[in-house]
Amino acid sequence: MLKYTEEHEWLKLDGDVATIGITKHATEQLGDIVFVQLPDVGAKLAKGDSAAVVESVKAASDVFAPLAGEVVDINQAIVEDPALVNTDPQGAGWFFKLRLDDPKAMDGLMDETAYKKLTG
Amino acid sequence: MVPFAGYEMPVQYPLGVLKEHLHTRAAAGLFDISHMGQIALYPRSGRVANAAVALEQLIPSDMVSLEPGRQRYSLLTNEKGGILDDIMVANLGDYLLLVVNAACKEADEAHLRAKLGNECDVERLDRALIALQGPKAEAALALLAPECAGMRFMDMRTLILMGAECTVARSGYTGEDGFEISAPADVGREVAEELLANPCVAPVGLGARDSLRLEAGLCLYGSDIDVTTTPVEAGLSWAIQKVRRSGGVREGGFPGAEIIFGQLERGSPRHRVGLRPEGRAPVRAGAPLFAAEDANAQMGAVTSGGFGPSLNAPIAMGYLPTALAMPGTSVVAELRGKRLSATVTPLPFIVQKYKRG
Repeated sequence: MLKYTEEHEWLKLDGDVATIGITKHATEQLGDIVFVQLPDVGAKLAKGDSAAVVESVKAASDVFAPLAGEVVDINQAIVEDPALVNTDPQGAGWFFKLRLDDPKAMDGLMDETAYKKLTG
Repeated sequence: MVPFAGYEMPVQYPLGVLKEHLHTRAAAGLFDISHMGQIALYPRSGRVANAAVALEQLIPSDMVSLEPGRQRYSLLTNEKGGILDDIMVANLGDYLLLVVNAACKEADEAHLRAKLGNECDVERLDRALIALQGPKAEAALALLAPECAGMRFMDMRTLILMGAECTVARSGYTGEDGFEISAPADVGREVAEELLANPCVAPVGLGARDSLRLEAGLCLYGSDIDVTTTPVEAGLSWAIQKVRRSGGVREGGFPGAEIIFGQLERGSPRHRVGLRPEGRAPVRAGAPLFAAEDANAQMGAVTSGGFGPSLNAPIAMGYLPTALAMPGTSVVAELRGKRLSATVTPLPFIVQKYKRG
């Protein structure tokens, strides 16, 4: 299941673990990303908590936890090579994996059609 | 597009900030800087020397020895020794041409008219201004006007571009060799399009203009310098030539001279410094600076900061007290509640490539 948020994040659910990243639209708005700061594995996040920071040559932006859960994995590759987020935002440029407190909460997020409408 | 000093300005063109920056350092970048103010001072007497003497009442630089066809960096100061604007002044033989910051141009014009109106006609020119910067700038402009190759850093000449008289300076705001071209408004577009047709030349937006000038250690008015900073604190004492200093033949006579002379003699309490933050996180304007990891007293702040594409690392400028301003000093910046080590670094961060001599 692939879902989107108004903050331009994508979530892909596998069991109760969602892989989370930022959308291609977000990377286009941000420009060249030069720095990523990720949460610690084990961190418990409430919905709306600042989970990560992305810095482009233009500005710093927060990435918020789209749903509540516990961070179970982070993508160290984008810390070492932040440009990966620009080149493959919805693949190798993923940010972190969150074990959702309530996987059903995914249903409240936008599907691809709704997200395209938002950004189109 | 973003609003900037009343203009809609592009942060970036299709290449993006990073590539636009690197392209300017490797080949040539073209910047539309028509938002900047261009102000002419026409001496009522007809003698440019009178305009030069008059302007010295408002700036601490030597204008009298500025030869025709030459340009110089200077500062409009206030009574407290603060900086009202940083400007470029050129002697064009029968008048002086000032290039001033977009956000200051109305105030500068009013200030010049109020103070110099008896000696000079002050006129804001509605002309386009295009910067062409980078190692390929000379070759690109030479296709339109070969004689540009004979100019050296801070020369200004009238060149015929696309059939029109343009005032061209060999200077810029990137640390690279290059030109700033003042053209009649309708010709500016033609000149830009002709230059952009050259595959060496790419359009560059505000984003890379900022990262290029930051790497070159150049001040952004309103961030690194303003009415609360003096030329001495800002490390711009070099813009005050000997003849205008205490003991010089035309010493003082500009606003704030006593305060500025005091700081030249006894030093200023704080200095503009370069900073290299540890790691990869950019430290941006406003970040507080501390003497040590566990220190509570804020000692200064970052005034410009970001990522330096040519250094592939974060860089910043800010103000620190004299005791912490020596290159090599380790200080601490606060970023999102975390403390991050930064080293005071000589400016500029890159080697400037002006065509001198």
